[in-house]
Amino acid sequence: MLRLITKRLFETIPVLFIVATLTFFMMKRAPGGPFDSEKQTTPEIRAQIEAQYGLDKPVWQQYLDYLGHLAQGDLGPSFKYAGWSVNELLWSAFPVSLELGLYALAFALTFGLIAGIIAALRKNTWGDYVPMSFATFGICLPTFVTGPLLLLVFASWLTWFNASGWEQPRDRVLPAITLGLYYTAYVARLTRGGMLEILSQDFIRTARAKGASEWRVVWRHSLRGGLLSVVSFIGPAISGLVTGSLVVESIYQIPGLGKFFVMAGFNRDYTMVMGTVLFYAVLIIVMNLLVDIVQVWLNPKLRFE
Amino acid sequence: MSPPQPITEVEAGHSLWQDAWLRLRKNKMAVAGAIFVLVLALASLTAPFMPGLSYSNQNLALGATAPSAAHWFGTDDLGRDQLSRLLYGGRVSLSVGLAATLVSVLIGVLFGMISGYIGGRLDALAMRFVDILYALPFTIFVILLMVIYGRNIYLLFIAIGAVEWLDMARIVRGQVLALKKQEFVEAARALGLRKRRIILRHMIPNVLGIVIVFSTLIVPRVMLTEAFLSFLGFGVQAPQASWGTLIQDGARSWEEFPWLLFFPAGCFSLTLFSLNFLGDGLRDALDVRASKD
Repeated sequence: MLRLITKRLFETIPVLFIVATLTFFMMKRAPGGPFDSEKQTTPEIRAQIEAQYGLDKPVWQQYLDYLGHLAQGDLGPSFKYAGWSVNELLWSAFPVSLELGLYALAFALTFGLIAGIIAALRKNTWGDYVPMSFATFGICLPTFVTGPLLLLVFASWLTWFNASGWEQPRDRVLPAITLGLYYTAYVARLTRGGMLEILSQDFIRTARAKGASEWRVVWRHSLRGGLLSVVSFIGPAISGLVTGSLVVESIYQIPGLGKFFVMAGFNRDYTMVMGTVLFYAVLIIVMNLLVDIVQVWLNPKLRFE
Repeated sequence: MSPPQPITEVEAGHSLWQDAWLRLRKNKMAVAGAIFVLVLALASLTAPFMPGLSYSNQNLALGATAPSAAHWFGTDDLGRDQLSRLLYGGRVSLSVGLAATLVSVLIGVLFGMISGYIGGRLDALAMRFVDILYALPFTIFVILLMVIYGRNIYLLFIAIGAVEWLDMARIVRGQVLALKKQEFVEAARALGLRKRRIILRHMIPNVLGIVIVFSTLIVPRVMLTEAFLSFLGFGVQAPQASWGTLIQDGARSWEEFPWLLFFPAGCFSLTLFSLNFLGDGLRDALDVRASKD
């Protein structure tokens, strides 16, 4: 287990290096800079600003500087928000996104698992068809369709929730559902498939023959095996939640990282954009590692590989 | 007792493709999906030749109106006909879907083919590379590209295509690994054919079926990415419209003019449904057993 973790950690270093290099040189090739929009700067002032951000040095020097700072976890100053570093901006916005992501994931796992288990136990009855039809909808509808539609119904017509904001606990409900819907549907499908496979095995028949209650059959005998595919889906799901939060945060006006990223894109705040990309990459790689560890723990077969 | 009837009709044999076609025809959802997409594509294609349909004609005096006999899907706040904009948006969305899918299929097939055929160390390295790429948030890289090089529809084709090839590469590699061990490839190699020729003449035709099937499943994914980018404002630029930008416009004014959200969102969702059903139907019809992972 320790070997797996160290091996995977060493693998992430070249990946981050490549990501950092790619983004750095893309940024250098970019036409137009963040300071183009400043009012009528004289050449002297401009040179001074550039010197302040180290933009007057040769490119390779800037690149080495950037990598050096990066190695220490410093993503540099924001080009747009004077006096702020990218790190500070990231840490101020990330908790909001994290909270949203966790709610969405919790929503997806809770409802997805329940629906999937029920569908598997009631195979080929209405208890199976109804949740699975909903799942098909959930998988096909993107967040930027469901988000506005949910707003239309629950905020505008029924006025149960506010249309935007992130102050009260109930402001969390619609964004979390919007973000989690796709994953709920997917988890439900995976759970159904996994449980059906396990429930048809001999040891389940034995358990039933010995008079184990339905609850015990599900809880003690099938869940662990039936959930393997769900666990391996969580890795890609986290990556998707990150991307999805860009849209959800824009729709509901949530002051999270996704909204910051989109704004930085519009403002051509290159250090901020790069910093966010790198941050997302690290986040997702770490999450995938955690998911892999959980998988090995759940499935002893993998320990020998 | 009459003599047995001579057999006049010989049951015709079915080729693989005929079988697949028969099976596909029985799948009602897939057929409905195919018809919907075809009708929509035709309507979008012919939109510029229809009199009275324009995506940019404004009528400020009219403003936003609910659906009526003159404007079936209503008009937006600038008085533009929503149906026309939807059809023109369809041109953009569908062409991005096709073009980017083409790019992704090219990259995926080549990558998977070379990796699988050469095998060994290179294969292990290439597949590890794919694994790592799977973990990265690619849509964000596409946004980075669009931010840095400006919003440009051709860049959009390439950028989306460049990030959606991973599944295809895996599937093709799996197929090639299986094909490689078959006798006819062995024979070709024994005849001394070059690798390039074996790949081009013997491998590619044999993976074509699978590639076509999975391409139909890439199209909706690509369209989703395009709409996602356009929704965030990184896609096509006004006055051009894609379904993503139309949904964005609708989402901004859903309180006053819900029809501006309803029609593009509905149209887009129906298209995604249809393409997914069609792709699944094709996969079942051709009985492609390649796993989805």
